[in-house]
Amino acid sequence: MLNTDSNSKNINVFMFKFWSDFSESKVAVISLLILIAIVLIAIFAPLISPSDPYDLSKVSIMDSRLPPMAKNFAGDIFILGTDGAGRDMLSAIFYGLRVSLGVGVMSAIFALIIGTIFGISAAFFGGKYETFIMRIVDIQLSFPSILMALIILAAFGKGIEKTIIALVLVQWAYYARTARAAALVERSKEYVEAAQCLALGNKKIMFNHILPNCMPSLIVVGTLQTAHAISLEATLSFLGLGLPITEPSLGLLIGNGFQYMHTGDFWISIFPGVALLITIVSINLVGDQLRDMYNPRLKK
Amino acid sequence: MTAFILRRSTQSIIVLFIMSLLVFSGVNLVGDPVEMLINPEADQAEVERVIKELGLDKPITEQYWYFLMNAFKGDLGTSFIFGEPALKLIVQRMPATIELALFSLFISLIFAIPLGIYAGLKPESKISKTIMAGSILGFSMPTFWVGILFIMFFAVYLGWLPSTGRGEIGSFLGVKSSLFTLDGLSHIFLPALNLALFKLSSVIRLTRAGTREIIHQDYIKFARAKGVAESRVINVHLLKNILIPIVTIIGLEFGSLIAFSTVTETVFAWPGMGKLIIDSIYNLDRPVIVAYLMIIVIFFVFLNLLVDILYTLLDPRVRIQGSN
Amino acid sequence: METILEIKNLKTHFFTKAGLIKAVDDISFKIKKGEIVGLVGESGSGKSITGFSIIGLIDAPGRIVSGSINFKNEPLLNASSNRMQSLRGNRLAMIFQDPMMTLNPVLRIDTQMIETIKAHDKNISNQEAFKRCRDTLGLVGISSPEERMKAYPHQFSGGMRQRVCIAIAMLNKPDLIIADEPTTALDVTIQGQVIYEMQELCKKTGTALLWITHDLAVVAGIASKICVMYAGRIVEQGSVDDIINKPMHPYTIGLIKSVPSQNKRGEPLHQIEGMVPSMLELPIGCAFHDRCTETIENCKIEKPIETNQSDSRVIRCFNFKDIRK
Repeated sequence: MLNTDSNSKNINVFMFKFWSDFSESKVAVISLLILIAIVLIAIFAPLISPSDPYDLSKVSIMDSRLPPMAKNFAGDIFILGTDGAGRDMLSAIFYGLRVSLGVGVMSAIFALIIGTIFGISAAFFGGKYETFIMRIVDIQLSFPSILMALIILAAFGKGIEKTIIALVLVQWAYYARTARAAALVERSKEYVEAAQCLALGNKKIMFNHILPNCMPSLIVVGTLQTAHAISLEATLSFLGLGLPITEPSLGLLIGNGFQYMHTGDFWISIFPGVALLITIVSINLVGDQLRDMYNPRLKK
Repeated sequence: MTAFILRRSTQSIIVLFIMSLLVFSGVNLVGDPVEMLINPEADQAEVERVIKELGLDKPITEQYWYFLMNAFKGDLGTSFIFGEPALKLIVQRMPATIELALFSLFISLIFAIPLGIYAGLKPESKISKTIMAGSILGFSMPTFWVGILFIMFFAVYLGWLPSTGRGEIGSFLGVKSSLFTLDGLSHIFLPALNLALFKLSSVIRLTRAGTREIIHQDYIKFARAKGVAESRVINVHLLKNILIPIVTIIGLEFGSLIAFSTVTETVFAWPGMGKLIIDSIYNLDRPVIVAYLMIIVIFFVFLNLLVDILYTLLDPRVRIQGSN
Repeated sequence: METILEIKNLKTHFFTKAGLIKAVDDISFKIKKGEIVGLVGESGSGKSITGFSIIGLIDAPGRIVSGSINFKNEPLLNASSNRMQSLRGNRLAMIFQDPMMTLNPVLRIDTQMIETIKAHDKNISNQEAFKRCRDTLGLVGISSPEERMKAYPHQFSGGMRQRVCIAIAMLNKPDLIIADEPTTALDVTIQGQVIYEMQELCKKTGTALLWITHDLAVVAGIASKICVMYAGRIVEQGSVDDIINKPMHPYTIGLIKSVPSQNKRGEPLHQIEGMVPSMLELPIGCAFHDRCTETIENCKIEKPIETNQSDSRVIRCFNFKDIRK
C-alpha cells in the first residue's frame, strides 16, 4: 500500500469528487441536510424535547387529546397537541424518531454484515456452496418482506430484539445478492488473481481487496434498504406486532392514534406519520442520487 | 410448449414439498407443538386426546406423513378462536382478498404504464418530473399511513366514501364480487387505491426506465425509417417489448399485493385473509397461522409458474429455447 | 437522366455536453435515377450521419444546421413530419447495418413486413399485402417464403435477416435506397452474395442506391460513382473509374494503396500514417493535413474548398496532383 501521505490525499480527492457528483442534484443535498437534522434530533431527543413523554409523574390524563398549540391549565404549550394519555406529541415524536431510526439502522447494519459475508464468500468460493446460498436467497427474495416478517414474529413473539432479528432475517438476502453480484465482477479482475498468486490468505483477499470495491453498490442498497426497514418496522408496530409499548416507535404512535381518527383528533396519528414520511423520503432521495451516481449505464 | 409446462410444474411440486417440510419443521421443531396446536385452555384429558388425534406422540417422520395426509384431505387444523376448520375460514375470506388485490393491480397498471411511457419518452418535461417525484413519494409512504390519510381525508373530512368494510356483492357471469355493485365499488375504492399506490410507483419507474432504454434501440429507428406511424411505433413496437420486464415484476408484485393486503385490510376493516392472519397472530390462533402459511406458499408457487408461462408467451426468444 | 437526390452544402452538427461535433460539415453530391453511388469513409467520418440526415432520423443532440436536400426536386429539410413519414419506407428506404438489432425481436417477420405496406396504403387487403411480401422475399432469394414469414427474427441467420431487411426496403418500390454498411455484419462468404443480389435488384427495378461503407473494395465492384468522406467532408468524388484508377486526393490515394490486393506479397502493407482525429478536436486547417504526404503551408491554416475538375469530378484539396496532365 502507498504511504499515508498520499493515502490521505487520495481520500481528499475521493471526497471531493463524491461531493461534486452528489451535489449535482439539489434535491439530494436538501434531503441529506434534512436527514442529518433528523439524526441529530434522534440522538439528542432527551435534551431537546419540551418534556419527557414517558415520565409518568409528569404526564397527566387531564391534558389528553389537546389540539396543537393548545395550553393546559398550567400554561404549558403543546405545539403539536397531546395524545390520549396526555403526552406531548412533539416529544413523543422526537423519542419515537430515536426508536424508529435506531431499530431501522441497527437491523440494516446487521443485515449488511451478514449478507455481505455470505455474498462475497459465495462469489469467492463458488461451486456447491455458492449455489446453495444463492438458492436460499432467491427463494427468500421471492416472498414479500412483510410476509416473512409476520411469519417470524408469529413464531417467535414480540419484542424489540425479536423485531430486530426479524428485520435482519428479512433483509440479509438483498445484501447477499448485491454483494455477490459485485464480488463476481471483482473476482474476474486481474488483481484477485495477482493476490492469489502472492498466496495471500483467502480472508485477506476477500476483505481487503474485494470488499472495498463492492462498497459503492452496498452503500446504495444499504441506504434504500434502511428506508425499507424503517417502513417495515413502522408497519409491524402499527399492526401491534412489532415493538412493545415501552419502546414506542413512530409506527406505534400512529397505531395508537388511529382510533382517534374517526372523532377528528387527527394530530395524534398524522404528525408522527409526517415525521415518518419525511424520514423515509429523505433517505430514499439520498439513496436514489447515490444509485444514479454509481450506475454505469447512465454515464453519458 | 407442453414440455416446458410439465417441467416447470414438476419443479413447482418439488418446491411445494420442500416448503411444506419447512412449515412443518417450523411448527414442530421451533417451540412446543402442543402449545402451538392445542387450545391453551384445554384440560389434561383434552390435551391427551388431541395429542393422540394429531399423532404428536409418534415419531417425527410419521407426524410429517400425518401432516401431509391431513393437508391433502383439506384438514389443516381447527381454529382456537372460531372453533372452525382453519382452512374453511381462510377459503371463506379469500374472495374478498383476491378481489381487492386484482382491482388494485388493475388500477395500478392502467395508470402506471401510460404514465411511465410518457415519462420515458419525454424525461425532461415538467410533467415527467412531477410524475417521478410523485412516484418516489408513493414508494416511500408506508401503506398503512396512506390508508390512514385516505380515511381521514375522503371519509372523515369529505365524507365522500365509506371508510370500513366491504360493500354489497353483485353477480356477473356467475362470478360473485363486490365490484359489480355501486355500493361495493364505493367500499373497495379506497383500500384498492391504497394498495395500488406502492405498486403504481414501482411500475411507473420500471416502465420509464424500460422506455428510455428501448426508445433508442435500432429496431425503433428502423420502424420509423419504414414510415410506420409514431403511434404504432409506441403502441406496438415499444409496448410489446416493455411488457416483458413488467410482466415478470407483476407476478411478484401480485404476491406482494396479497401480502400487503394484510395491512390495508386491517386499516379499512376489509374482511379478507389478511385481516384474518393479523388477528390470528395477535390472538395466537396458531392453526390458522399454519393454514395461512401453507395456502400462501401454494399460492406463490403457482403464481411463479404462471408468470413463467406468461413470459414465454410474450418473449418468443425464450419460447424457442425452452422447447429444446 | 433525372436526378433523384441532390444534396447541397449539408451540415449536421451534434451539440453534446463534451462539445460541438460537426459530424457532417458541408457536403454536396447528386444521385441520378437508377444510379449506384458509394459513400466511403472510416468510422466517424460522418457517412452514416449523412444517411440519417437524408431520411430525417437525426436524434438529439444532433440537428441539421444548414444546406439543402432535394428528393425528386422536393426539398426535404423543412418538410412536415407527416410528409417525411409518408416518404420513408415508401419512396425513400433505408437498410441498417446490424440486421439483428433492426428487426423487432418480439414481432413476427410478416407483421414487420406487412406494416410497411399498410403504413403507406391503408386500403390494401391483408391478403394482397401478404402476397407482395411473399413475392419480394422470393426476389431476395429466401426459399419457402410463406413459412418463413411466420418466423421470428432470431430464427434466421445473419445473412437471411439482412435479406429480409432488403426485401422490406424494396416492398414499396422506392426510388432510392440508402444502405448503411449493409454487409459489414455478415460473413465474408455471404457478403459477396448479398452485394451481387442487391446489384441485380437495382438493375431490375431501376432503384437508385446509396451504398455507405468503409470498405472501398466492396463498393468498387458495383458503384458507378464514389464519394470519399473524411472528418465530415467529402474530399473527393467522381466516377468509379476515376477514383479507383486515377485518384487525386492524398487520402484517396492512401486508401487505395492500403487495400491488401494492391500490395505486393511479402511486403509490409501500406498504411496512412497517424490516426483519425477526434471530432471534438479537429485540427485547424485541413482535417487531414497532419497525416498527409503533400501538405503545404496553406493546408495548416485554411480549410480547402471544393473545386470542380469536370462535371462529375470534385476535389477538396490545395495540393493535389492532377494526374490527368
